Parts: sequence; C-alpha cells; structure tokens
Amino acid sequence: MSGLALQNITKEFGTFTAVKNVSLTVPHGTFVCLLGPSGCGKTTLMRMIAGLDLPTGGAIKLDDADITRVPTHKRDLGMVFQSLALFPHLTVGENIAYSLRIRGVGKEDQKKRVDELLSMIHLSGYADRPVAKLSGGQRQRVAIARALAISPKLFLLDEPLSALDAKLREAMQVELRQLQQRLGITTIVVTHDQREAMTMADTVVVMNSGEIRQAAAPVEIYRRPADTFVADFIGMTNLIDFTADSTGRAHALGSPIEGLAVPGGLSRGVLSVRPEDVHLTAPGHGAMAGRVTFVRDLGGTIETFVEAGGKQIVAVSMPHARPDVTVGQDVGIKLSPDTCVVLKS
Amino acid sequence: MRREAPQKLSDYGPLLFPAGMLIVFFVIPFATMIAVSFFKRDPAGFYSTAFVFDNYARFLSLFFGKVLGFSLFLAIAVAICCILLAVPFTYLLSRASRRTQVVWLVGLLSVLSLSEVIIGFAWSTLFSRTAGITNLLVAIGLMSQPVALNPSLGAVLTAMVYQALPYTVLVLYPALVRLDPTLTEAARTLGASPIKSFFTVVVPALRNTIMATLIMVFIFALGSYLLPQILGRPQHWTLSVLITDQAIYQSNMPFAAAMAVFLVLVTLALVGLTLLAGRKGEAA
Repeated sequence: MSGLALQNITKEFGTFTAVKNVSLTVPHGTFVCLLGPSGCGKTTLMRMIAGLDLPTGGAIKLDDADITRVPTHKRDLGMVFQSLALFPHLTVGENIAYSLRIRGVGKEDQKKRVDELLSMIHLSGYADRPVAKLSGGQRQRVAIARALAISPKLFLLDEPLSALDAKLREAMQVELRQLQQRLGITTIVVTHDQREAMTMADTVVVMNSGEIRQAAAPVEIYRRPADTFVADFIGMTNLIDFTADSTGRAHALGSPIEGLAVPGGLSRGVLSVRPEDVHLTAPGHGAMAGRVTFVRDLGGTIETFVEAGGKQIVAVSMPHARPDVTVGQDVGIKLSPDTCVVLKS
Repeated sequence: MRREAPQKLSDYGPLLFPAGMLIVFFVIPFATMIAVSFFKRDPAGFYSTAFVFDNYARFLSLFFGKVLGFSLFLAIAVAICCILLAVPFTYLLSRASRRTQVVWLVGLLSVLSLSEVIIGFAWSTLFSRTAGITNLLVAIGLMSQPVALNPSLGAVLTAMVYQALPYTVLVLYPALVRLDPTLTEAARTLGASPIKSFFTVVVPALRNTIMATLIMVFIFALGSYLLPQILGRPQHWTLSVLITDQAIYQSNMPFAAAMAVFLVLVTLALVGLTLLAGRKGEAA
C-alpha cells in the first residue's frame, strides 16, 4: 500500500509511556490531523514519523519500505515546526533553497524552484529579504514553501498555525487545505485546535494519554463520537447519564426517552447530545423539566443554559429560532432519539 | 520595558560612581602611560619630563618588528585554536543533560582559578623529559624513549590555549544555549546530516558571537607574558615579555610605555578591521 503505516508504535521516556501501541494507516494523498490535548503524545508521534525521536517499539513504513531506523535526513520529508525554525542568517530565498543546496542541486535550478514556490505562496519578489523582516503570516508561508521545496513524500506540520492571530489562522487553514489538495501530498498535522482539524482534515485522529481514541472523518467524529472523551473534546456537548430498564427503555434526567434503542445488555451509560439538538419547549407534555439559569446571546447563536435533574444542559439555537425564555423560567427539554449517541460511561 | 532617555543633568547621577572609578583606575593611569612614553629616560634615576619621540623611534627596528609580528601571530593562533575547540565542544555541552553541563562548567571554572604561573609550571613538568607525558607513551609502547617537548612553540601554544579555553567556552555557552534546537532539527528534516547541519546552521547563525569571542581571546592572549618565558625559547617571547623586561629589569619606563601604547594601537586597528570586515560580510 502506498502511503504511511504506523504499526504498534510505542514510545517510552524512562517509566513514562508517551505513546502506547498506536497503529494508523495514512493512504497516499490524504490529509490527517492528530488532535488532542497537550501531553497526549501527538507531537511525540509526529517526531517519530520524522525520525527526530526513535520509537521504543513498533514499525513505521512509508510506501511499504520500513523507515523506523532511517535517519531523518534520508527520509525525504518536509516538516513545518511550531517555532517555524526559519534560519535567521539566510534570506527568504536561501531558506527555501536550503534543502536543494544540501542535495547539490545547481544554482539555476534552485532559483527556478524558489521562484515557483514563492509564486505558489503569493510572495513573489521576496527572495532577497531577510526572514526577520517578514510578518507572522509571511514567515508561516515561507516555512511551508521551504518544507515543500523537494516535493517530499510526506508533509508534516507541528502546530503550524498556533503563533498566528485568530483571523489569519482561519484563512491559513483554508489556504493550507487547498494547497494540499492541489499538490496531492500526504500530509499530517498536529494540532490541539479542533476547528483547525475539522477545517482541513480528511481524517481526524483524536488522541488522549498516548492512545488513539478515534480516527474517522471530521463529521463522523462530531456526529458519532466513539467515547465520552471524544464527544467532550470535539465541540460542545451535553453528557447525560442514563439508565436502561429490562425492556431496553432509557431514562435520563428523571424522564424516559421514547424511541431510543439501547444496545442489549447495557443497563447504564452516557448520552452525548450536541447543544443544537436540544430543543426547548413548554414544560410538561412528557418533556424533561428544567429551569433556565443563563442565556448567552452571541448574535450568531444563542446558548441557553438549563438546569435539569441537578445537571447543566446547554441548548444552542439560531437567531431565527430564538427560544422565548428568560432566566428563572421553567421549560421542557426534548431530545430526539436519533441525535442521542449512546456511550459507555 | 520602555525607558525614557535621561532628561536633566541629575538623571545621570547614578553614573557618577562608575565614571569616577573608570577615570581614577583606567583613564588617569593610561594617560600617565601615554605621557611617560614621550619622556626621556634618566639612566641615573627613573625618567625626566620631556617631549621626545626617541622611544618610538627606537622601536622602529627589525628586531621589534619581528617580536610584534610574532606576538600577533601567537595571539591569533591561540584565538583560532580556542574557537576550533570550543565551538563544537560548547555546542555538544549545550545539548547534554543538565547534570553533565554543571559538572563540565564547574570543571572549567576551576581551571580559571589557576594562576598563569601554576599553569606554566604544570605544563613544563608535563612536557619535560624526566616526568612528562612522553613517559606514558613509552610505557604503552608508542615511543622508544621519552623526549622533552619544551621549550617550543607547541608548548607555549598548548598552555595558552589551555588557559584561554575556559573563557572561550563561558562566553560561547549562553549564545549556544539560547540557540533554538529546532533549527538543527529543521535542517535535518530538510536533508542535512547532523554534521552538515552544524556547519550550515549552527556556525553561520552564531557568526557574530564567534567573531566577538575570537577578538576577546586574541586580546587576552596578546597580554600573556609568563607562559612564553616558561615554556618557550627567546624567539617565542612576545612583546609583552619585552615590555615587562624594559619596565621592571631595565628600569626604562618611557620605552616600555611607548611599546605598550604601540601594542594598544595595533590591537585597536586589528579589532577595527575585523569588525569592518564583519559588517561588510553582513551587508553582502
């Protein structure tokens, strides 16, 4: 299979296990985001793919060749570091040409390729500027161009956009995704920003404490989280404890949820319900009873906080469907069974 | 933090103490030395006030020219040896574990506590025929009989490098510790072997620091006058040795002062040239 394959990768630092038995295949030309909180092992995993750290167990294969022990400089990859790591003593053009110079490419060809890459990142004519004179977004683009100069087999980015302000970051996410699709290059991005992962990735890999919790398409991750960690980490969610009786009927917040099928043998668990799937109605009529504690009107969306059964439930609605509620008002909560994801607690 | 430039005369108050110290202990002695360099030597006593160029004229001879040339050569050689040894060493040290770093730095600092005299005599013993390191080489069969390695240029150079190396490392250390380690990692992901990344990234990125250290060690080595006498032959004596000789043993203070002033001027000129070359390189 062409592409990258991680087989049972483990990394131990002394007694601490940073990455536990991780297996993952990244088909050629796909965009994968490693997503997780700090310390979840995502950066360590990427450093092992780059060869900057060696795994204590398992194998890494690129296009069916075992590269587990191949030194970094022989791996034909391009990497963008969180700090960008642009060489301060070189100009923009020299930075981009570095990998070509190291490989002994002729001066003429170097210049041609640099011009090509500069026009790709919309910085034509910047070749002779010192990198210190660039703005954050421009430096970001130069780091990307430098990593892509040799047309690597694998494109790695470690928290590439974290130094940019929010607006620029969102614009760069789109730009990076479009660039990746145009080049068709196998790309892996490490991020802790789930919006970033959702925007760019074909496959989002959610990690926690050194393990992969779920690897799937962004919408799948959002709609069908595999466990409570994934459900809670990706976007906002309401995690509601439920119990199931012998007939398989689920009860939550003191009321039964009609039509929800609980898998056989599961007597208790957690429901994950996205805030936009929580509907507020008039109290009674079989709805769960709650009381509004806070309303956050953000203009684009309205978040209503409701206390029900000792738990805080958040409902999100759009302005045109603004719920007519005030703080302290008693309301009913309706959950539709097809939007409830049943998870083990 | 933004700080305002001094507005009133009283704002310069805190500078009074250091300025006073500088004037009393540096400017006045140096000015005296310059003045003395134009005085006339009095063979019966010390010197008499005058304004003559005799001392400088006497200096313009082939002999002193050669000594000056050798002094500069020796100082440059020491500076280059120190940089060649210290840059790779300090780079590796800055990437080592905290514990290793502390052990090495404490060791280097303890070398600084040794006086030039002790260093000189220690090396003269190590280089001797009877008790020197060649005896070890004989013992392990690499040499057939022990030889004396001093007096020689190599012995002078070794001891001076030994003396200057701790300073070199301590000056380079902060800059190398601050150097972003991802720079060399980036170079490796771009296809450079660890050695290549050292020469294409670490060395050029630290060019200014290395240049400044080179100048510092050069000036430090220029002032050395004991080691060349202990470990070298008369032809290895530096201008500093001759200045000491004139000032202390020949009681010719005006001539010693003239040589010292001349040495300062030549040093300043060389440092200026180096900085100028560095700036040109930067602009290119």
